[in-house]
Amino acid sequence: MHLPAILPWGVADGFSKQMLLVILSVVIIATFFLLAARKQQLVPGKLQFAGEMAYGFVRNSIAKDIIGGKDFMKYVPLLFSLFFFILVNNIYGAIPVIQLPSFSHVGGAYVLAGIVYVTWIGIGIKKNGLKYFKLATVPSGVPVYILPLIIPIEIISNFLVRPVTHSLRLFATMLAGHLIVMIAGSGIEFLVMQENILLKGTSLLVIAGAVAMYMLEALIMALQAYVFTLLTAIYIEGALHADSH
Amino acid sequence: MYQTIISAAVEGAEATNPLVPNVWEMGVVFVGFAVLMYIVVKFVVPMFEKTFAERAEAIEGGIAKAEKAQAEASAALEEYKQQLTDARAEANRIREEARAEGAQILADLKEKAASESARITAQAHVQIESERQAAVVSLRSEVGTLATTLAGRIVGEALNDDERSARVVDRFLADLENQNAGAAK
Repeated sequence: MHLPAILPWGVADGFSKQMLLVILSVVIIATFFLLAARKQQLVPGKLQFAGEMAYGFVRNSIAKDIIGGKDFMKYVPLLFSLFFFILVNNIYGAIPVIQLPSFSHVGGAYVLAGIVYVTWIGIGIKKNGLKYFKLATVPSGVPVYILPLIIPIEIISNFLVRPVTHSLRLFATMLAGHLIVMIAGSGIEFLVMQENILLKGTSLLVIAGAVAMYMLEALIMALQAYVFTLLTAIYIEGALHADSH
Repeated sequence: MYQTIISAAVEGAEATNPLVPNVWEMGVVFVGFAVLMYIVVKFVVPMFEKTFAERAEAIEGGIAKAEKAQAEASAALEEYKQQLTDARAEANRIREEARAEGAQILADLKEKAASESARITAQAHVQIESERQAAVVSLRSEVGTLATTLAGRIVGEALNDDERSARVVDRFLADLENQNAGAAK
C-alpha cells in the first residue's frame, strides 16, 4: 500500500516515500563501498572481501566480459553504479515494512534509461563520428533491395524502442511484483475475515502462494538489476564497435 | 464495503496513468544517481583498483623476487663449481710441479753424488799414488840400510862408511830397476 507523500503530507507531488528511499539507497551504497574499500589491505577482511566480490562481479562479469578490450575500465563506474543503485532500490520491495521497490514508479526508470541512452549514443558518435548513425542502421552484407525495409526497422528498434523497453522492463517487473504481493496480501486479509470457515481455510493456499510469489519477486529484483546493467554494457559495446557489427 | 474499496481503487487507477512519471521523483533519482556516480568515480573505483593493482603487484613481485633468488643461487652454484674446478686444476698443477721438482732434485742429487764420488775417487788415486811414492822412497832408504847391515854382518866387514855403502846400494837398486825394466820389456 502506498504511503502518501511525507512532505507536505498527502499531496501527490510532495516529497514521497520513493524519494526518501532513493536517497537512502545512495547513502547505503556509498557507505558500504567506502567502508569496504577504505582499508585497501592486500589480504582483505570480511567486509573488504564482500566489497571486492561485489565490485569484481560488475567489473569482470559484466564490464570486462561484454565490453572487453582495454577501455572497459572507463565504463566500470557507470555499470557499477547502475547495478547497485537498481539492486538496492529493487530489494526494498522484499524488505518488510519498507516493501516498496523504488522503480515501481516509472520516473526513476526513465531517468536511468535516459542516462544510458545518451551515454551510448554519445560513445557511438565520439568513436565513429556522424557515420555512426549509418553504421547503426545499415547492416552490412544485406542485399540492397531489402535495405528500404531494414533501415526503418533498425532505426525504430535501435533508437526509438530500445530506451522504452530498457526503462519499461525494469518499471513493469517492479510494479507487477509489487502489485502481486500487494494483491496477495489484500486477498489474505479478505479471506481471513470471512465468516465461512471453509472460505477462511482457503486463505492458507493464498498464503503459500504469496510466499512463493515473494521468493520469485526477490529473484526478479536481483535479476532485473543484472539485466538492466547487462543491457547497458551491450549497448555501450555495440556503440564502441559499431563498425564490426 | 468491498465494492466501495474496489471502485475507489479503480477510480484511483484511472486518475493516474502509471506510465506518466512524477517529475520530482525523476529529479531525485537523477540527483541521487549523479551523487552516487560521483562517489563511485572519485573514490570507490580508484580505491578498489588500487588494491587490485597492489595485490597483483605483490604477487608478481613475490614471483619476481623468487626468480631473482633462484637466479642468484644458481649463479652462486655456478661460481662454486667454477672455483672447485679451478682449485682442482690448481692442485693438479701444484702436484705436477712438485713431481717435476722432485725429479729435478733427484737428478741433481744423483749428478752431485756422481761427481762427488768421482772427485773422491780421484783424490784417493792421487793420495794412493803419493803414498806409494812415499812408501817407495822410505822403502828404498830402509831396504838400503837393512841390506847393508845384513851384508856387513855376513861379510863381517864394517861397512860403516856410509858414503860408500850408499853408493853400493844405489848401484844395486839401479841394476834392479834396470832388470825390472828389461823384464818389463
